[in-house]
Amino acid sequence: MSIILDKVDYVYSKGTAYEKKALNQISLKIEDGELIGVIGHTGSGKSTLIQHLNGLLRADSGGIYYNGRDIYEEDYDRKELRSKVGLVFQYPEHQLFETTVFADVCFGPKNLGLSRKESELRAFGALRGVGLPEEYWYRSPFELSGGQKRRAAIAGVLAMKPEVLILDEPTAGLDPLGRDEILHQIVSMHQELNMTILLVSHSMEDVAEYVNRILVMNQGSILLDGAPREVFRYRRELEEAGLSVPQVTELMQELRDRGIPVSPEVTTRKEAKEAILQAFSRNRQG
Amino acid sequence: MLRDITIGQYYPSDSVLHKLDPRVKLMGTLVYVLSLFFFRGAAGFAAVTLGLAGMIHLSKVPFRYMVKGLKSIAVILVLTGMFNLFLTPGEPLASFGIFKITEEGLKSAAFMVVRLTYLILGSSVLTLTTTPNRLTDGLEKALRPLNRIGVPVHEISMIMSIALRFIPILVEETDKIMKAQLARGADFESGNLIKKAKAMVPLLVPLFVSAFRRANDLALAMEARCYNGGAGRTKMKPLKYEKRDGAAYLLLAVYFAGVIALRAWLR
Repeated sequence: MSIILDKVDYVYSKGTAYEKKALNQISLKIEDGELIGVIGHTGSGKSTLIQHLNGLLRADSGGIYYNGRDIYEEDYDRKELRSKVGLVFQYPEHQLFETTVFADVCFGPKNLGLSRKESELRAFGALRGVGLPEEYWYRSPFELSGGQKRRAAIAGVLAMKPEVLILDEPTAGLDPLGRDEILHQIVSMHQELNMTILLVSHSMEDVAEYVNRILVMNQGSILLDGAPREVFRYRRELEEAGLSVPQVTELMQELRDRGIPVSPEVTTRKEAKEAILQAFSRNRQG
Repeated sequence: MLRDITIGQYYPSDSVLHKLDPRVKLMGTLVYVLSLFFFRGAAGFAAVTLGLAGMIHLSKVPFRYMVKGLKSIAVILVLTGMFNLFLTPGEPLASFGIFKITEEGLKSAAFMVVRLTYLILGSSVLTLTTTPNRLTDGLEKALRPLNRIGVPVHEISMIMSIALRFIPILVEETDKIMKAQLARGADFESGNLIKKAKAMVPLLVPLFVSAFRRANDLALAMEARCYNGGAGRTKMKPLKYEKRDGAAYLLLAVYFAGVIALRAWLR
């Protein structure tokens, strides 16, 4: 069970003045159960990349294999692929349309041909899963706040019970509290439902604490791919790609530059605290 | 998916047509459209074709890009052709049941389809080579005399430019909404007409909501910058005729006179 991309190329508006190479020879393997952060500057190709994973965009060349099958094969059921690889777009406003949140979440399962009862059961589970309080379920989706809309939108995809969940900028436009809540929810969904999750973001800060693998995109190519602590070693390369390392990592490096022996491979606030305490207690002993 | 819609879009390039004063281009389009209704016979057709081909060549916009714009009106073209083909009375050439194809029908069908195609292509040359801003400026200045008889020229051209400006935005938005719903298993293609119409609801509701929101935001942004219509408004880059504009007017006059002369001569 995996997604494999083999030298995928994609060009927007081919043959016109607006032509733009969005993906350049992308090769990649996504294993089951991974929690991956896809990071890149605006226009680096990350949104284009994820739209290939569920077959919404068709690569100009190269191949994509889902669970060992070529999704571009003639008789491959791409509609089913879209239900297996759930994609939540950046703006919940682009998908919410029903009169109530609950009815909206039922839209996906209904499209899968499930009965009304089964759809409602799925919607129930999904809304619970994203942690949207029950008092909002029967309100119009247009009355919700930004964070709640986003939860409703995620539930709308989750209700289809995808094997892979891709979230495009799930924290865009949220305040820090809303951002942390959504990210925590995603991590707990990853643990409870044992899904593969891809988290797309333009901000290192957002995902570094939560994911176990980071893909850094730059100008349509994959610049770096690895565990957060490995990726953050390439501070200069990241800065050249218009990205910054998380503030904790930066702090650790500054401390090292000033001769305080902390580990540079620190990516979360918790680790940082421990590393600093350790360094200072060592100092005091020595 | 929907990126093929090119009606009313600007295509950046550095051709002579791009540099011409928008008033000349507006006038040119008007003359061209008139000539489409005036021309007669093979010679007239050749003249109009030559004129259009020349403009397309001068515009440096890839011909393929222009033809793409025709796709969206293909249905209208086919329908017009059909009506003319089957419903024109005259000498029958062939008949299927109650339908019969007449020589006159065949002629007028071909004529109408060509005329419509030329009409769309010709007017798209205007929008492809002129930014919405320039187009509005040109329209406003060209129609200014009407201001005296109480026509709100500035407002009309402002509305037009906003409409043009919003076409690509809404097209892109539709594309995004479509993808978001496809990702939730929506199906816009299969099924009968009623099913297809129903499938449009998840597309249209978010589109309308967002269109209204955008309109609201724009109105607010304009108001915040003290926009209050055309009165007393000055331009940062006022339109000014240059030498090439005069030459273009001359060429236009020659073209139009030619088409009229051909018509008179062929009578």
